[in-house]
Parts: sequence; C-alpha cells; structure tokens
Amino acid sequence: MQTWRWLYKPGKPFDRRFIIRVLVKTALLFVALNAAFALLDPLPALGRLSLYNRVLPGRARLPYGENPAASYNLSLFSLEAMFAAHEVARAPARDEFRVLLIGDSAAWGILLRPEETLAGQINAAGLVAADGRRVRAYNLGYPTMSLTKDLLLLDYALARTRADLIVWLFTLESFDAQAQLDSPLVQHNPAPTRALIARYGLAQDSADPRFVDLSAWDETLIGRRRALADLLRLQLYGVPWAVTGIDQEYPADYTPRAVDLPADVTWHGLREDLFAPADLAFDVLRAGAERAGDVPLLLVNEPMLISTGMNSDIRYNFFYPRWAYDAYRRLLLEERDAHGWALLDLGAAIPDADCYTDSAVHLTPACSADLAGTVGAAIVEASGG
Amino acid sequence: MTLTHILAFAAAALLALVALPARMRAWALFVTSVVAIYWLQPAVTIRRMDFLFPTMTLGLVMLAWLLTRAPDQRLTREDAGAAALIVALVLLLAFGRALAPAYRITPSVPPPLSMVVTWLAAGGIALIVLSRVPGGRARPLLALALGIVALFAVLKTEALATEVSRLLRGWTGQSPDLARADELQWLGFSYVAFRLLHTARDRQTGLLPALSLREYTTYAIFFPAFTAGPIDRAERFVGELRALPGPDAARFVQGGMRIAVGIGKKFVIADSLAILALDTAKAQAATSTLGLWALLYAYAFQIYFDFSGYSDIAIGLGQWCGVKLPENFSQPYLKRNITLFWQSWHITLSQWVRFYVFSPLSRFLLTRPRKPSPTVLVLVGQLVTMLIIGLWHGVTWGFVAWGLWHGAGLFVHKVYSDRTRAHYLRLRAHPRLGRAVEVAGVLITFHFVALGWVWFALPDIGASWDVFVRLLGG
Repeated sequence: MQTWRWLYKPGKPFDRRFIIRVLVKTALLFVALNAAFALLDPLPALGRLSLYNRVLPGRARLPYGENPAASYNLSLFSLEAMFAAHEVARAPARDEFRVLLIGDSAAWGILLRPEETLAGQINAAGLVAADGRRVRAYNLGYPTMSLTKDLLLLDYALARTRADLIVWLFTLESFDAQAQLDSPLVQHNPAPTRALIARYGLAQDSADPRFVDLSAWDETLIGRRRALADLLRLQLYGVPWAVTGIDQEYPADYTPRAVDLPADVTWHGLREDLFAPADLAFDVLRAGAERAGDVPLLLVNEPMLISTGMNSDIRYNFFYPRWAYDAYRRLLLEERDAHGWALLDLGAAIPDADCYTDSAVHLTPACSADLAGTVGAAIVEASGG
Repeated sequence: MTLTHILAFAAAALLALVALPARMRAWALFVTSVVAIYWLQPAVTIRRMDFLFPTMTLGLVMLAWLLTRAPDQRLTREDAGAAALIVALVLLLAFGRALAPAYRITPSVPPPLSMVVTWLAAGGIALIVLSRVPGGRARPLLALALGIVALFAVLKTEALATEVSRLLRGWTGQSPDLARADELQWLGFSYVAFRLLHTARDRQTGLLPALSLREYTTYAIFFPAFTAGPIDRAERFVGELRALPGPDAARFVQGGMRIAVGIGKKFVIADSLAILALDTAKAQAATSTLGLWALLYAYAFQIYFDFSGYSDIAIGLGQWCGVKLPENFSQPYLKRNITLFWQSWHITLSQWVRFYVFSPLSRFLLTRPRKPSPTVLVLVGQLVTMLIIGLWHGVTWGFVAWGLWHGAGLFVHKVYSDRTRAHYLRLRAHPRLGRAVEVAGVLITFHFVALGWVWFALPDIGASWDVFVRLLGG
C-alpha cells in the first residue's frame, strides 16, 4: 500500500544488525534525553510557552479543575503555565488601571461563570480610576484556603506583571497556621515557597515533610511525564474553553451551604481557652503587605453566611464557632491599626443565607454583584491614593 | 484495547514467535484469542454478563463453524481437540472466581463453576441438535444469518437493548428499573457478526474453503482484530494461518513500527484531540460558528487517528503473530472525491458491504421484470449500502442520517463524474489547473465528510440538525 511503502519496500533491508543498531541507539537516546531533562529542567520554560493570549484567549481565572472533561480546565502546579494561560499575562493597555485580585475559592468563583465573579462584575461595572484610567480587575484567586498560597501567587504575579492595586480577599479559614502548607499548589512549589519563608521570616518550617521534593529520578523526562502531560492538556483544554467560555463544572444540583450547624465549639481542634494569636498566620499577611511594596494593597475580609439555624448561637456558620471568628476579627483590626492597612471588613456585610451557594463563603451571582459594588467603590477610592 | 492489552499481546506474540514452532504457534494464536476475548471484555453492570458475552461469542462461532463446514467435511480429532480446549479454557477462566481480582483475567468475578458447566452443557447440546437439523444446511445457515442480524438489531437499538437489559436484570435478581441500553456491551460482536455472516454466505455460494474449528475460531476472534477490525476474509486469513512464517527481522521491524505508529495515533493524537472534539456538551455551549468548526475538525481527525491507530496496532500485532491483516485506511482525508474516500476509509467494511449488499442488491434489481434505470439503480444501491453501514454503528436516526448523507454523496458524485469525465480528461493537458482542481476536490470531500460527522457524533438528531445549521451560519 502506497502509504506504507517506506516500511514495506525499504531502501535498505531490515536485518538483524539493523534492529540491534536501532535498539542500541534508542537506549542511548533515551538515557541521554532523560539525563539532559533532569539537568536542564526545561519545565518552567516550557510552561511559559502558551497558546493562550496568542492563538487562544487568556483564561479569566487561574487553571483549576478536578474534572477536566466537564470543566475544560485542570489543576496543575506549574506557576509559569498557570500565569501564561491567564489573561493577566497580556501587557496592560495604556489606559488600564490594573487591579490584581487574590484570594480563595470565593475570589476564584466556585459555581460562578467568569463574568459573574467579583473580578468579572468589577470589570462589567466600567469603573474609572481617579486618574481617568479604566479599572481592569484580574482574578488571581485560587481555590484553596491558605494565605501562604496567596502570598506565593502574589509574589509570582508581581515579579511578572505591573499592578496598580492589589485586592487581597480572605477569611479566617485561610489563617490557620497549621494548614498553611496544606495547599497542593504550595507543596508542589517548594523552592519559591521556601524562598518566601526565608525572605520574610515566616513561621513555617522549610523542612516540612508536606513539601514535595523531587528525587533525581523524578526530575527525568520519565519522572516528569505527568507534569509535561498537564502542560499539553492545559493548551488543549484552551480550545473548548475558548469556544464555550466554560472553565468549571456547573452541576445541576449541589449540596447547599449548611444553615443548621453542629454543636461543635472547636475550630480546627482548638478550643477557646487554648487559642493563641500565633495560631493565625498574620505573619503571612504582613509578608504580603511588605511584598506589595509601593503598590497599594486593599485587604478584604470576605463576607460570610451568618446562620440563624440550629446551633447558630454558638457558630456563625459551618466554618466558624463564634468565639474563633470574633477573636480573628479582633486580631485583624488590631493588625490593621498597627500597620495602617486599608481594610474592608465585610465579614457581616452579606449575612443572608440565600446569597450563598454550596459554602458559607461562595456567593450567588447577584450577591457577587453586590460585593463588587462595595469593593469597586473601594478600588476607585484607593486609586486616588 | 488499552496500552496494557497491547503490550501484553505484543510480548505474547514475540514470545510465541521466538519460542514455538509454526504448528504450535497456530494453536497458541487460537488459545490466546479465546482467552483474550474474556480479558478484553469490559465490565458489565448486569451480573455475570461480562463472562457470558465472550462465552456466547464462542458458542456462536462454534455454531457457525458447524453450519459452514464444507459438505464433505468430517469432524477430525483436531476439531475435537479444539472444542475440548475451548471448554477447558472457559472452565479455567471460571476458576478465576477463587482468585483475588489482581490475578483474575475476567473484568469481574466469574459465575459459579456449576453455572458455567450448566451453560456449557446446554450450549453443547444445542450445538449438536442445531447441527443435525434434517434437510441440509441451507435453512440452518439462513436461520443463523437471520439470527445474527436479529441479535445485531437488538444490541444496536436502544429500546430493544433496554428491554433485553431489563429481562437480564430480572434474571440476575437486579433492579429492572435501572436497565440501560448501554449495559449490553458485548465486545467485538459487531466484527464477529460480519465475519460469521461472510462465512455463512460464502458457504452458500461455495466460496468458503474447508476450515478446521481451530482455524475458524482463530479467524472469527483473532485477538489483534477482535475489537476494531479489520474485517478479513476467511480464505485469505486461513492462507496466512496455514503458512505461519518463522522469526524474521523485517517482519519484526514492520510489525513493531505499525504498533508504534498505531499507539502514537491512538493514545497521543486521538486521545489529545478527544479533548477538543465535538460532543453534545460542547456543541450546546459553543458561542461561535468558527469555534464549532474547530470542534468539528477536531472530531474528524480524532475519529480518523483513533480508528486508523487501532487498525495499525492490529496489523502490527498480526504481523508479529505471522498473519498479515488487510489494510483498513489509506489517507482517506486526502482523497479528491467521496468515492475514493470510501475506498480508503474502513476499507474492509466498505468492501464487505459492497460484496454482500451492494452487488447482490444490484443483481437483484437487474433481474426484476421492470429493470430500474441505471441512475435509479445507483441511487438505491448507494443509499441502501450506506444506510447499512450507518446502522452497523447503531440503530439511531443519527446513523441513518449519516448513512443517507454518504449514500447521497456517492450518488451525486457518480452522476457528476459520469457527466464530467470528458472535461476531466481534458484537464490532463493543463497540469496546474488539474492540480488546483484536485486540491479543491480534496477540500470539498473533506468538508463533506466532516459535515457528515455531525450526524455521527451527536446522539440526538435534533441537536445534530441544530449544529449543522449553525455550522452553515444559521
């Protein structure tokens, strides 16, 4: 058959010597490629190679997804690839007032379409900064609750793009000092996280076993095949994302946020009498403020559901016993006063249960718009210095 | 076939090639094929069915062999040995019930041994009775063919398959309310059915050579081609099987290259394109015509690389087993008209349908007292042929539309080429213009085929129509 002529009518016969030569060369090439890959570590450079913002539109939020086939999105650990896929990787327009918005799943926008997230709603509002530039918010939220993860993303973003304002959204859950390294994104980026720990003297242990350190074998082409496949899949999923605008799975139904709460007064195993300020990672928040440097920083204590159901006398919601949240809020206000931070304390701003979807911090599109109104006004105000 | 299956089959083929003499290798292919159909069978939610389906395949194959034997063909000791080996292998696989899942070859726990013995005894008695029906083989052969077609229709028709699933669930004590058509995943049946129908028809016409049970079974369920073809012809296949070559460097390279290319096509290219390919969810959510075309192109290439990749793997494994399987694809998307496309896409299926449907149908129409005009003859022949290819994939309106789409395309091309032949001949004097016309032909043919995939890709005909209209700017 014509298609396979080269195989069935070869120029030189395929004899035993030919096979041995091929096998030996293949083995040598295999070893050389793996060794070269381990030595050169081309993954960061490959991560920066992206079809996004060139052939495909940039993603409106950082790649994250547990069911890629339905969400056209996937979770990966390459910061280079994640940012290269994001619309923030584009150079800012001349009249753009660039706002970087970092935070947890509430900022990322679980169950919200890109245009319904806080960043999307701020952009839709068509805000103008004090100097006349258009306010353009970029959603750099990521769905795990850890200030260290936020700091990691902020540090990476500031090193690669201009920012006119940073809005950092958080809630108490991100402050758990023991859980700072629980985020897989942090664990799989040990080098930059350790650098942050060293630079800002953070309380975390650089030798923490939760860090995923690669062995020499893990660094080879074979060892890194999963990471390489993720880079490729991220590019491929860009096509259905571009065609459909879908970047997360929207289930037809989901378990709604709890209104009736357990009779539990502990927070992450802590009782009120054993709680100490060091249990909250304010050192990371201070590091973030330091990292922001001259770029104005607006801190936002996220709105949360304040339940009126069973046991709501001892708990605000599924996440927090009242004493824990009150202690956190008191400490937060003290830190604000001590450092002169700009803080929007919106913890109790949207208490209505109907405003929340599957969690006590995930807002519906309408309530996300309300929040955008408040945060947007603060952005405009902050843009005036 | 997963990568694990492919690598295990390749290792087994190489081991047999190196370690066994030719005659033993033929038996090894037979044994491996019998075991492979149990290994390849995916798990089925209806209890015991993932063991029963391969067992039924073997029963059908043995029945077909009994009925398609040459008139003067007697049972030999080899046939008895092959039958005994099949029974022994089925019983051996049933012993897997006592093994931990990691050591079991079947996808789930096999049925109790007593049940398998009962099935085998009942099957054996049924085979003997059916093979001894008085009055010659013509009627049993016809009944076999009709039975296979009926079984095919049940498996491929959602309503019928759901009903059968409901009955089977009742039999196994599972909830009939949860019955679904896609539970009847009888792996390989589509291909086995076409092979059995071919032998039944060729026995009637006297074209089929005398085959032993071992040869016939190996042909029908040859493990490299069991899941995705090609659909070989028995006389050709057995010719290869009877002259299995010894170890040969050239064949090792050629087979290995085909397997490697096939793995690349299927597991790298096709599986990557599957991420972008058109499906119901993407079609509904697509916001632009251009995007919809991108999804359709991805689907067109995904289905090509997936299917032709499997064919390459089958051909490569076949070569390592010493059997040269027929080619199934020959650059179909580079063909300048739809007729050439169908001569290079799923070639063995096209040839099968042309041989057993188009030609007999044309002959039948020509022998009618009122002969149809050549144009009507071509139209009916093409539509019926392509309709059958469509229905082979499943009895749905989408596959009907896909078959009619291609049938109409083939008819229009035939009429067009008849009327423009002289014009095309004149183009030979203008090579550049001829080349341009050829390129245009390739592009038009590809887009015609790609648009046809819309009917094929989406399970709902209404959704297909909607996508079709949107693709054309509606």
